[in-house]
Amino acid sequence: MNEFPLIKLSRITKTYGQGQAAFLALKGVDLSIDQGEFVAIMGPSGSGKSTAMNILGCLDIPSSGSYRFQGTPVEEMDRNQRALLRRHFLGFVFQGFNLLPRTSALENVELPLIYRGEKASVRHAEARTALGKVGLTGWEDHTPAELSGGQQQRVAIARALVTRPKVLLADEPTGNLDTQTSEEIMELIGSLNREHGITVLMVTHESDMAAYAKRIVHFVDGKVDHDRQNGEQS
Amino acid sequence: MLWNTLLLAVRAIRRNLMRSFLTILGIVIGVAAVITMVTLGNGATQSISDQISRMGSNILMVIPGQRFGPGAASAPKFKSSDVDAIKGQIFSAKWVAPVANSQATAVFQANNWSTTVTGSNNDFFPAGNWELASGRDFSETEMRSGKAVCVMGETVREKLFGKQNPVGSKIRLKQFSCEVIGLLKSKGQSGMGHDQDDSIIMPLKTVQRRLTGDKDINRITVSARNSDAINTVKNQLELLLRERRNVSANEDDNFRVMDTRQITETLTGTTKILTMLLGSVAAVSLLVGGIGIMNIMLVSVTERTREIGIRLAIGALEREVLLQFLIEAVVLSSIGGLIGLAIATGASVAIAKLIAVPYIFSPGINLLAFIFSAAIGVIFGFFPARRAAKLNPIDALRHE
Repeated sequence: MNEFPLIKLSRITKTYGQGQAAFLALKGVDLSIDQGEFVAIMGPSGSGKSTAMNILGCLDIPSSGSYRFQGTPVEEMDRNQRALLRRHFLGFVFQGFNLLPRTSALENVELPLIYRGEKASVRHAEARTALGKVGLTGWEDHTPAELSGGQQQRVAIARALVTRPKVLLADEPTGNLDTQTSEEIMELIGSLNREHGITVLMVTHESDMAAYAKRIVHFVDGKVDHDRQNGEQS
Repeated sequence: MLWNTLLLAVRAIRRNLMRSFLTILGIVIGVAAVITMVTLGNGATQSISDQISRMGSNILMVIPGQRFGPGAASAPKFKSSDVDAIKGQIFSAKWVAPVANSQATAVFQANNWSTTVTGSNNDFFPAGNWELASGRDFSETEMRSGKAVCVMGETVREKLFGKQNPVGSKIRLKQFSCEVIGLLKSKGQSGMGHDQDDSIIMPLKTVQRRLTGDKDINRITVSARNSDAINTVKNQLELLLRERRNVSANEDDNFRVMDTRQITETLTGTTKILTMLLGSVAAVSLLVGGIGIMNIMLVSVTERTREIGIRLAIGALEREVLLQFLIEAVVLSSIGGLIGLAIATGASVAIAKLIAVPYIFSPGINLLAFIFSAAIGVIFGFFPARRAAKLNPIDALRHE
């Protein structure tokens, strides 16, 4: 095992705007996440959970505090270094699926591999494997418009998986799906965590979905309100 | 990285085929217009040069006034006595051919054909590199008395006589009838729709008396004995004509003696300017095409904000996004350039045939237009591309 936790946030703050209009979205967050965890981040809107997710996903930098990813300080990285970190270690799944329109499932899944500079043969093989893992074998040539919501989210998950990331960041992955499809997607994410050891960070406001996680972190008013292993009473 | 980015760019273009096509339409039209204009202009210039080089060697052309066209009319025309004086006094002049032109309709049986009737003397034929296919040239008596005889060009023969030999037949010109005594060998089509074979040659006096009704000579063609004598003849002509036309020492010539090079320059000057003018107008349309590309690329960046967000989130570098949009613009404009090139080639060949100028493929202008179209892609693609690359991934992902 690594001597560092996979992710370590210390006294993270995030301020939007300046002077009078300044808004403190995060007010000193401490969080440590180990390899292989499945963490659900919950909280009411405006609690700072999305801001925290953006910082965890290296899409945004904290105003102060330190973020160590495998011991490396992320807050000192520039835009390109963070892009490379996302490219090699992170996978994203969004509420709105965010697939490229008019582009086949296969090409959507291939996309991160193109940025990694993989050869066409490798790309095709890996993308097919990833689509197979999410149960979409045979749907490779379909564009998002030809797929159901659940299928689109599966394509998005395949796209996140295809680079074999350390961490899968899912922002309300079931927010646009009906209950049954949501459960299927959650089963899928859960199995990825169990069977492939991918660390999963998921933002959700539905406790039904959070129930799939092993650990639940509650944000309230820009701080971690409570942090418990699933099954414990709060 | 370049190869992969190219792949991404091509995929993005393919996703929006219709829009891509409309985007490049401006470039297509611009490139096609520039190349067509310049190619046709060059063809026209070339055809004029060819025409002049076929006029014969060691030729000097004497015209009243300082140049062709408007303004020349005010200068007095030449008279027959001028021609005689040149013949009598300038010994290095081999041939001296006066030219008086008129337009007339020639009729033979049921056929009629409107053509140029040139009045001249027998020097006209050797000076203009004309040879007789059959028949003879004018006799002394015919020239002196202004008899109604003529030598006709191949085109007139074809229109009036078909395949028959016209020598010995009589044609009608205006109110008089005229015996055909000779047929000229064809020189062929010579550019700008002007057919040298489309003419009838008659003795000068006949044309003056029966067609123009005056004693004017429009121009005199003088041929020097050899190329070394050209300048001597030219100087002597100028001195002689200044004297004969009473031009005082402080006045400019009211006539002009031009050698073949000057004739070429004078005649091609206009087409060259025209080519440049039309080319520039077409180049403006190319520029407008470039602005069209920028416009569409900017719209496309806004429209594809979310897509850019996705790319940035999954780890695209700023410069990869920049390069992708830049390559998209360059690939689009280059494709536009190539299509324009193809259209221009087709149009040039067709129009050249239509207006009877030679089609001359110019690698220079084709290459230039293509490079220019690609450069337009870089220039007008850069601004939208940089805007795309600088997007904040979080905002871009949230963009609706």
